[in-house]
Amino acid sequence: MTTTESTDSSSSRTSGSGGEISGAEIRLEGVTKRYPGQKTAAVDGLSLTIPAGEIVMFVGPSGFGKTTSLKMINRLIEPSSGKITIGDQDVRKQSADELRRHVGYVIQGGSLFPHMTVAKNIAIVPKLLGWDAKRIDKRVEELLDLVNLDPGKYRDRYPRELSGGQQQRVGVARGLAADPPVILMDEPFGAVDPITRQRLQDELLSIQRSLGKTIVCVTHDIDEAIKLGDRILILQEGAQVAQYDAPATLLADPANDFVSDFVGSGSSLKQLTLSRVSEIDIHPATTGRVGEPAREAIERARSAGDDSLVILDSRDRPTAWVWLRQVQGETLHEGDRETLTTLDERATLNDALDTMLTSSHSAAIVTGDNDRYVGIVDFGAVVDHMRAIQNEAQDRESSKVTAESDPEDHHDENAPMDDSGSADE
Amino acid sequence: MWQFIEDRRAQILINAFNHAYLVVLAIVIATVIAVLLAMVITRMPRLEPVANAISAVGLTIPSFALIGLLLPVTGLGATTALIAVTFYAALPILRNAVVGLAGVDANLLESARGLGMSELSSMFRIRLPLAWPVILAGIRVSMQMSMGIAAIAAYVLGPGLGVSIFVGLAQIGGKNAVNYALVGTLGIVIIALLLDLLLLALGRLTTSKGIRV
Repeated sequence: MTTTESTDSSSSRTSGSGGEISGAEIRLEGVTKRYPGQKTAAVDGLSLTIPAGEIVMFVGPSGFGKTTSLKMINRLIEPSSGKITIGDQDVRKQSADELRRHVGYVIQGGSLFPHMTVAKNIAIVPKLLGWDAKRIDKRVEELLDLVNLDPGKYRDRYPRELSGGQQQRVGVARGLAADPPVILMDEPFGAVDPITRQRLQDELLSIQRSLGKTIVCVTHDIDEAIKLGDRILILQEGAQVAQYDAPATLLADPANDFVSDFVGSGSSLKQLTLSRVSEIDIHPATTGRVGEPAREAIERARSAGDDSLVILDSRDRPTAWVWLRQVQGETLHEGDRETLTTLDERATLNDALDTMLTSSHSAAIVTGDNDRYVGIVDFGAVVDHMRAIQNEAQDRESSKVTAESDPEDHHDENAPMDDSGSADE
Repeated sequence: MWQFIEDRRAQILINAFNHAYLVVLAIVIATVIAVLLAMVITRMPRLEPVANAISAVGLTIPSFALIGLLLPVTGLGATTALIAVTFYAALPILRNAVVGLAGVDANLLESARGLGMSELSSMFRIRLPLAWPVILAGIRVSMQMSMGIAAIAAYVLGPGLGVSIFVGLAQIGGKNAVNYALVGTLGIVIIALLLDLLLLALGRLTTSKGIRV
């Protein structure tokens, strides 16, 4: 408990909670990492600005310096040269330990300490910062709630008593514990199954919407990058920036062959990872409250022409999705939120299809901030959207074809494309 | 034999208590020294071969020889006995502590560093608790071994059940020689079993529920 606390001078930086953006800008200037005895630098002159409150994904094949770049931000790896600032503060101006207490760090699998309970794991940084026990308790409760784990049920469990997804959630909670403006994530969802991964990604997006941190996340999965990132940094050999852009730009206008190979742009199915659920038709379903008389709810559903019912808890979070014939008892019961698969409104259509495939309703419940119920999307809406995109693409294609039939127009039409192609050489 | 024990009950109990006391004290001191040394070695991995060599060679020194070497320095009595027992007790603990502390998952240690734990606090709050079951296994081995060495320490007038054994040896052929030796030996075995049970219980109490096997 009595950890020696040298100075707490920089803690004022972490005050900004509750605001729209509580993150801080990160700037890398000519950052280079050279390991002794190696000819080429692992990271060579990387310059980059990460805007406050955005999620920036570092993507690239392994060994191209994305993790090294990430770890230089919290000085787990010391850069050989160059400058890194977080919110205008040079990271080298303070002690490394002090710096790291104000930068959240989440790694694959959560990396929880197996000999500590969930609550103790989350409380590590607040304890290092010398918070009092009451404040820590309150914060742990808040965080467990934020990552959708029931505090009463989970706070005293040990990591080995949790599933992989739950461990990862606790890992995220631990990274957020002291409300740091900046959070670094290293392959955070690499160790869980696809369904759980999608859920964790959705939850992260929902958390980010309410917290507005600056998040830097390393992944090798381009789909994850497109889904989570406000911007994506694609690294080539030696951590050279191949492209640093918003996902849509990256797909529509890859800077070079390396990028277009890597993102697999051009495939129209890729568009599925680019379209968000919020862009398609979300329609309301009949909802009922936990504890409400079952008969009333059923009547409401019948008159609305629905054959199923979404049951919400007191905080508007869906807990179950039942067929009317399944409803039993006088009042509506709370379902197990853990087994109910929902879809964040920022989830991609790709996720939506995945979710529908596992659902018996061939539709999915959409949730917004803090897991609040928004509506449902069904398979038809996704198909309609895809068809629309395809038609659009075909229209473009056919207008190109008509253009090609006219030799003069053809030249003009394609001129800018040729330019962008030759600019690379 | 029962008569023999009956007649000397008080003395036997005192010797048994002294024996246990000597061993427990030696183990406590040895654990503190060995764990601290192991922590230093963990921070300076170049020392590890040295430590391994010392614990290997150390165990080959006959206890009689070591006690003989200590005699001119610390004289007859309990101090010499305690030093000798502590020396041997520290070796297995040191070896296990080095292995245990070094065996902690590197990801966890990096995670601790990434959260802003200092080296020292990561050593005491992450490494030590996680290595504790391994260290504890070393302590149990060490406890068994120390029982026998403490008996030999009676040669330099150390306390304990070794006294009975040496009395028996000195009176070889005498009426009670075998009784003396037997009481000493069996007494040591019984104390060893009891202390081992105690260690098991202590292990359960001091090992986090999260890593208990």
